[in-house]
Amino acid sequence: MSWPEFGIIAFRVVVTFVLLLVVTVINVWAERKILADMQSRIGPSRAGPWGILQTVADGLKLFFKESVIPRKVELGMYLLAPFLAIIPAFLIFMMVPWGKPFMIGDHEVALQGADLNIGLLFILAMSSMAVYGVVLAGWSSGSKYPLLGAVRATAQAISYEAAMGLAMVAVVVFTATQGEGGTLSMAEIVERQTGTWGDISPVLSFVPRWNLFPQFVAFVIFLVAIVAETNRAPFDLVEAEQELVGGFHTEYSGMRFAMFFLAEYVNIFSMSAIAATLFLGGWAGPTFEGSLPGLISGSLPTIYFLIKTYAIVFIFFWLRATLPRLRYDQLMTLGWKRLIPAALTWLVISTVAIGFRQFGAPWS
Amino acid sequence: MGVIREFIKGLRVTGGTMLRTITGEELVTTEYPKEMRQKPPRFHGRHVLNRYPDGMEKCIGCELCAGVCPAKCIFVRGMDNDPENPTSPGERFGFVYEINMLRCIFCALCVEACPTEAITMTHLFEMSTTNREDAIYTRETLLMDEKGGVPHMFPDDELADMDELAVADGWVKATAPSGMASYQGVKMWQGTPGPGDWDPEPGQSELDARSPTEDDDG
Repeated sequence: MSWPEFGIIAFRVVVTFVLLLVVTVINVWAERKILADMQSRIGPSRAGPWGILQTVADGLKLFFKESVIPRKVELGMYLLAPFLAIIPAFLIFMMVPWGKPFMIGDHEVALQGADLNIGLLFILAMSSMAVYGVVLAGWSSGSKYPLLGAVRATAQAISYEAAMGLAMVAVVVFTATQGEGGTLSMAEIVERQTGTWGDISPVLSFVPRWNLFPQFVAFVIFLVAIVAETNRAPFDLVEAEQELVGGFHTEYSGMRFAMFFLAEYVNIFSMSAIAATLFLGGWAGPTFEGSLPGLISGSLPTIYFLIKTYAIVFIFFWLRATLPRLRYDQLMTLGWKRLIPAALTWLVISTVAIGFRQFGAPWS
Repeated sequence: MGVIREFIKGLRVTGGTMLRTITGEELVTTEYPKEMRQKPPRFHGRHVLNRYPDGMEKCIGCELCAGVCPAKCIFVRGMDNDPENPTSPGERFGFVYEINMLRCIFCALCVEACPTEAITMTHLFEMSTTNREDAIYTRETLLMDEKGGVPHMFPDDELADMDELAVADGWVKATAPSGMASYQGVKMWQGTPGPGDWDPEPGQSELDARSPTEDDDG
């Protein structure tokens, strides 16, 4: 590997990491502010303009707090769990392309942590890994509430991961018809959503070529599944303040608690980014190349990506302000009896329809 | 599909509230020290000892306020007026008047009991201190000066709002006969310097005249 290539990779990883951290800091503040608006309150308003530095203040406070270690914990696992929660959260976002690749000399710089050809599988693997952080934190705390939270997390994550994966499969099958062969690479999936649906009918020439339109059912299933996967209201049974104190992180304090907190918000943003990439075309959008200065038309895709992602992040906050928490059996019913059958049915319908379009009816 | 309709209904409630809050229409929070809310006219705040418009003290040292006080926080001692140079129009005046604000429950029974409307309440409630002794308000702090200005314990405090202290007179008496129909529009208290004359309280005939379908908050 030559030095310029190494430099480009280092640049990609560091910039993606920093972007994720900055966006997470803003997300925590944005959630509090949006929830406040939905409840006729003001929300954080003291630290910085509009309270935007509130997250920084909270982080500093937690950093200087004592990290209490209860006597009965399994020390090794207890110390490891926050890292198990946060590392997969960051790794997931590394797969997401957040801007249009550009050229420096004859080297292409992709605005993405890493473009694996198994990107989607890696995302599924990492989102399963994230459950280990929660489960081990709950188990190693040696206390009843965290343990209950951990047990809930296990069942919940397994149920909803199936629906999430099936929704992704429908997209992958559909994406395979949009170009040369199938692909699991996130960059390639975005690439195939550029342009409009104009080739199907001239009426649709203003409709962007997003997977959202042909795969709307999969989008809805995916949306529900990622809310459950990130343990957010109304599926926050893992934390469930009213029942389980703090759930799996009851026995954590100081910076270790902050890492769980950070992981939750990083996961929200990563999962929203993945939803935006799979269904809303990621960074795809009109860049007006030639009529605008290069710097602006080059950064427009990143802006499109952030707008689409934040639209989905906003849905997370909106749901949290609106819906009460599901009962545990309702959670399981929704996962196993509604979402998975719906996802399987949609996968069959969508695949059959694609087959008809591709190969014609079998009897003809 | 009923579930989905209910779900969308819920989203509309929160989303609509958000839009109305952003435009300020439904925002109920006020940033308190920065913006003070208008208090209701009969708000029970800090006490004040009134004077007549000619500068004489209203308090006659009868100790009825101390007697009625359920928290036993008022201490009054009366003294005979100097006939040459009287402090109050009556025989006696209150030469010691102390209220322990840590005990006071702001029930305004002292205001009800006072036969001369000497003690009334203002709209000021920011009275926190770092010292228990500062919470005992003496005659010097409670008594208004001859122009009607009310002394403040901590005039340099950023929460010291002199306008709130200027709201004081007999009309905070809940049992005043002005509530009776025959007294409608009749002023039932004497003025003080400073706050001067209040308009008589509106009677209830205006409220009664309204149609019952109108939204009546109280």
